[in-house]
Amino acid sequence: MMNSTHMREAVTAPSLLLLWEKVDRRAAPRRMRGACRIAVLAKLEHPSSDLASRGHLLPQGEKGRPRVATALATLFLSILFLILPALAARAMDIQQVTSPKGITAWLVEDYSVPIVAVRFVFGGGSTQDPVGKEGLANLMTGLFDEGAGSLDSEAFQVRLDDAGAEMSFEETRDGVYGSMRMLAEQRDEAFDLLRLAVNEPRFDQAPIDRIRAQILSGIIANENDPDTVAQNKWARAVYGDHPYSRSDQGTRQSIAAITKDDLKALHKAVFARGGLHVAVVGAIDAETLKKKLDMVFGDLPKDQALAPVSDVEPKLAQRVEVNYDLPQTSLQLAWPGVKRKSADFFPAVLMNEILGGGTFTSRLFEEVREKRGLAYSVNSSLVNQDHANALIVTTGTRSDRASETLGIVRDVARQLAEEGPTEAELAATKKYLIGAYAITNLDSSSSIAATLVELQLDDLGIDYMQRRAGYINAVTLDQVKAAAKKLLTADPTIMVVGPPLAGAGKG
Amino acid sequence: MTSRAEWLRTTLLATSLAFTLTGPVLADSSASPDKTPAEFKVTDFLLDNGMEVVVIPDHRAPIVTHMVWYKIGSADEPPGKSGIAHFFEHLMFKATTNHASGEFDRAVSDIGGSNNAFTSYDYTAFHETVAPSALEQMMGFEADRMRNLILTDDVIKTERDVILEERRSRIDNNPQAVLDEEVDATLWQNQPYRIPVIGWMQEMEQLNRTDAVAFYDKYYRPNNAVLIVAGDVEPETVKALAEKTYGKVARGPDLPPRIRPVEPEQNTKRTVTLTDARVSVPSFSTQWVVPSYHTAKPGEAEALDLLAEILGGGNRSRLYQALVVKQGIASNAGAYFQGTMLDDTNFTVYGAPRGDAKLADVEAAVDAEVARIASGGVTPDELEKAKDRYIRSMVFARDKQDSMAEIYGSTLATGGNVQDVQQWPDRIRKVTADEVKAVAARYLVLARSTSGYLLPQQQAGN
Repeated sequence: MMNSTHMREAVTAPSLLLLWEKVDRRAAPRRMRGACRIAVLAKLEHPSSDLASRGHLLPQGEKGRPRVATALATLFLSILFLILPALAARAMDIQQVTSPKGITAWLVEDYSVPIVAVRFVFGGGSTQDPVGKEGLANLMTGLFDEGAGSLDSEAFQVRLDDAGAEMSFEETRDGVYGSMRMLAEQRDEAFDLLRLAVNEPRFDQAPIDRIRAQILSGIIANENDPDTVAQNKWARAVYGDHPYSRSDQGTRQSIAAITKDDLKALHKAVFARGGLHVAVVGAIDAETLKKKLDMVFGDLPKDQALAPVSDVEPKLAQRVEVNYDLPQTSLQLAWPGVKRKSADFFPAVLMNEILGGGTFTSRLFEEVREKRGLAYSVNSSLVNQDHANALIVTTGTRSDRASETLGIVRDVARQLAEEGPTEAELAATKKYLIGAYAITNLDSSSSIAATLVELQLDDLGIDYMQRRAGYINAVTLDQVKAAAKKLLTADPTIMVVGPPLAGAGKG
Repeated sequence: MTSRAEWLRTTLLATSLAFTLTGPVLADSSASPDKTPAEFKVTDFLLDNGMEVVVIPDHRAPIVTHMVWYKIGSADEPPGKSGIAHFFEHLMFKATTNHASGEFDRAVSDIGGSNNAFTSYDYTAFHETVAPSALEQMMGFEADRMRNLILTDDVIKTERDVILEERRSRIDNNPQAVLDEEVDATLWQNQPYRIPVIGWMQEMEQLNRTDAVAFYDKYYRPNNAVLIVAGDVEPETVKALAEKTYGKVARGPDLPPRIRPVEPEQNTKRTVTLTDARVSVPSFSTQWVVPSYHTAKPGEAEALDLLAEILGGGNRSRLYQALVVKQGIASNAGAYFQGTMLDDTNFTVYGAPRGDAKLADVEAAVDAEVARIASGGVTPDELEKAKDRYIRSMVFARDKQDSMAEIYGSTLATGGNVQDVQQWPDRIRKVTADEVKAVAARYLVLARSTSGYLLPQQQAGN
């Protein structure tokens, strides 16, 4: 009865399908949180967004360039939401708020629903796990609501529940994220609990052992799952010895080796003002927020102490195969990507969108699904991390025609590399990308807060939303053709999970 | 895989909550009341052709969510035609007499909108999220495809391959999904919820143009549809636009009441077991047939919602505290109830072991908690906290316009009305501890339950 809703397409679906995706994405389970409803607060990951590319397919990069918060006076910037050309523009204020102790946050003050959504990140995620202690950052994120300050696990969770607040922490390869959603009328109590969690996590042995056992159970549960086996193999093939090649969940051995001291050390190294970005949306004013920012973050150490992480070029032209007798074969292809700060970025975003982005009109959707019925889902996405970038195509196709599907995907990519898109495709895709931004990234307080944190991480500026359409409109057809040629001419790394491909050879 | 499935349950529980939670009922509690606009006021009305309309204004962003819900789901399908409702959902994106195939999709993407559709047991819904200025255009396309679809054999064949691929992807490649499908077929002895929404493979392969046309003509009518518009729009505007677009579609013949086969008395304990080489941690679930909001006696479904929350709704729940925290034998354990269904629905408990614990230990501990709540009931404190969590989630639901649209749409498509949604928090508040205990004792009887076991190959027979 649970798998009861079937969508037309899995990628651009609303909440229900995001849940599906979220489930499918996690290599191993996290424990069920008290705030299980916060699952819908998942970080935005939508292929149509240039913010949304911190993908799951490739591990994440380090995000921790220390940024010293400057003691600016509160700066108000009015951001015009250029959502659609035909639309009467509507102003939404993003305020840059800096507290007396120098903590900066972006705030959207909004009282229409009596809630406050808080989102923050500390740079330095699972790439900071010491060798042999893989899974440390992930385990740490499971422990912030398991006791802090004078409150043990039970006491903390009772207080959190009574406060009507939902708190969650998660790590990526690049950072440790925290989210909190609270009722406006109980925000004082909620912020107080957040302060305790951020500053004084207890890391008591009993919760450590319990959460570790749950993670271990998840690792064991996936050991024979061909998709998980394949993703691990893929990460090693693409990243070699780089930290990105490691599972953020860790291994049986590595999580067994983690001690309370390891957790305290990681917390101390990562939770510092220098690597912090904060966004707040909802029923709170700037003056009140300043006090809360100082209370929650103001007493953290000034600088992070992060291990350096090198850049890595994904290794291409490889074949990763996991042979298993499945009715449907999963295919995944990796081409080179493009850096977020590169001049090629928006040409590549437009090219990716035309190839297999978030609409029902992409070339891959048309050729693989609409014309031939070979797949339910086929997508491409640009993945941007601090230390690696890639363009990834994924699809699932009936196993007896997997060779044919792989051939079509490669033909579509080859054709785009050789000929580029048409003027009409480019024009339509520009309109889509410009208009889709708000719908994709700003549809709730939580998603606005998440978007504002990503904008800060990418150092794009508080007025980015005003400038974004200009960047997209400025891209020429020749630039997109050049991006297609540059990225898609390479020989991709290809992963096949299913029966051996018939007649496709190796390579 | 096992635990992944548990996550599925966990996260979908969130969905089912979101689906039942709603309503602008709480007194506004913002810290700055002077800045608080009036509460979201929901308006509903009928078009002359029988189409229901609900408008949920939310002016925070210049975005509008437009949804058309048809009161037709997989449980309404003719015998032997499983999957036709979902297949038809896909076919609705093909050419019409007025628009070429893909034109609607391009119109949406050209303005940066998003669109999709979904099918469940009791409804099929189509939706677009766009700028308010594009609402009329969306209504025009949606009204057009309500009656003007052109279905050719070519279109049918290719799209049928797509849904077969969807089935392989969602079900056949995934042992937990394969087990769930067969648990449903066992839990339900007569009711059509026993048949998967996506359909049985061998019946899907035979779906054809004749089936599709018959299905379309019978169900895709304005008098079988609910329009939900949530977002930056006023009811008067929606009414004018709806009359201009949907209002031009002729009313269809009256549909017969949705009376489907119902369950006979269930008298047995049934088990369904799947062993699979991909599984390395076992898991189980136990399900019961219980009333839904639509079939329950007054107050019973609300009591079942509270029972699910107290028994297994999160990490403060009895199952989590007992099995995961105190006994330390489970990696996860919980319960859920899916109340927003047209016919009787299911109540489920589940768990998976961790460490050296055996699945049997976990199941015994879950059973013990179920027995304890059925015999001893719940405490006043547990009940109040569970109510608070529901009310809180309802406030959070208001933060996302498509959540609000889904709450109203699913309620109206399963026999409820706008007042049912709005009064739900009051009804939750009225539930007593005795009523929670009573539904536990009445429905959660192991002797008439269905359990599903997902086992590693080497532990078969454990």
